[in-house]
Amino acid sequence: MTTTNGVASLRLISDEIDGFDLSPSDTEEVHVLAVDDSFVDRKVIERLLTISSCKVTAVDSGRRALQFLGLDEEQSVNGFDGLKVDLIITDYCMPGMTGYELLKKIKDSSALREIPVVIMSSENILARIDRCLEDGAEDFIVKPVKLSDVKRIKDYLTRDVNLGNEGRGINKRKARESCDLSSSPPSVITSSSSPSSPSSPFRSPSILSSSAPCSPPSTLDSPTSRLKMTISD
Amino acid sequence: MEVGQMQRRLLEYTKSLFMEGVLDNQFLQLQQLQDESNPDFVAEVVSLFFADSERLLNDLTRALDQPTIDFKMVDSHVHQLKGSSSSIGAERIKNACVAFRNFCEEQNIEGCMSCLQQVKQEYCLVKNKLETLFRMEQQIVAAGGSIPMMELSF
Repeated sequence: MTTTNGVASLRLISDEIDGFDLSPSDTEEVHVLAVDDSFVDRKVIERLLTISSCKVTAVDSGRRALQFLGLDEEQSVNGFDGLKVDLIITDYCMPGMTGYELLKKIKDSSALREIPVVIMSSENILARIDRCLEDGAEDFIVKPVKLSDVKRIKDYLTRDVNLGNEGRGINKRKARESCDLSSSPPSVITSSSSPSSPSSPFRSPSILSSSAPCSPPSTLDSPTSRLKMTISD
Repeated sequence: MEVGQMQRRLLEYTKSLFMEGVLDNQFLQLQQLQDESNPDFVAEVVSLFFADSERLLNDLTRALDQPTIDFKMVDSHVHQLKGSSSSIGAERIKNACVAFRNFCEEQNIEGCMSCLQQVKQEYCLVKNKLETLFRMEQQIVAAGGSIPMMELSF
């Protein structure tokens, strides 16, 4: 098996199912293409992904994202297959091409439609969320993005890879369930700045937030299960 | 002042910023992303935020100074500022932006002007506070200490 840098490999090993021989591409780091027009947000998402053991390419527009993916304006895919992208995470509100428009273009492309797309938005608008999910988005994150959001996405992405991308939708929900069960209780951060704390359920000192980052899967089809239940933000 | 004392002062100072609503939990999130391999992460993000905000505040000042105000553009700038301040945990700026956007929607010039002033004030406040925070951190590091992390239970 792989002996590449610790955390990512350990996670894949622990998720490995008997009899599955992970192909070389599966044992490499998850490669995420992050799209956001904001400098600040790009830097933050890049760090969140890196610390979650993902390889990151960050671009500032939908256009650049499509260029990177090899989908040029004539909607044909260039022959390159060098940098496989495992996940696209994009901001919704961007000048030029919105995250939703980017999502549509990706899902309309036979070459790219299998790549899961996650949408991020600072605006918690149900209709927007619904539309994105209905049109093929894998998930919807309300900004500001937290480590627990990235972990959640990476968990079910890694699981999908291990199970050979079968029944992606079902795995997504099951993965969410296991995420709930395994999410650790609130942790008090002490003196060492360890990057491995999985979730930070506290929103602010004045709020006793009892809502977990992942909602229980009983409301599977409800997009509100994907919402981060913020009380005041 | 010895290191332990400096560390306690820093924690007290940081705690006060949370109590005053200047910073929120997202700032703690950023601190969690900092480690030995990325010891300046928070400072780097905050620098980006300062540069970005100053640009946006200038743009806003200019936009509201026009004979005919383009409220859509004003709103777009405020939206960006709201986003980035939310991403670093600058809660008061973010809240001021929310009010600002409401006035943009109403096309209320006076409301917008007043909000711009408010946002500028909040920005100056956060900038000063964070610069003080980073200075305190640097003093600790210079004295050979490590930067303590905020505890979440307060």
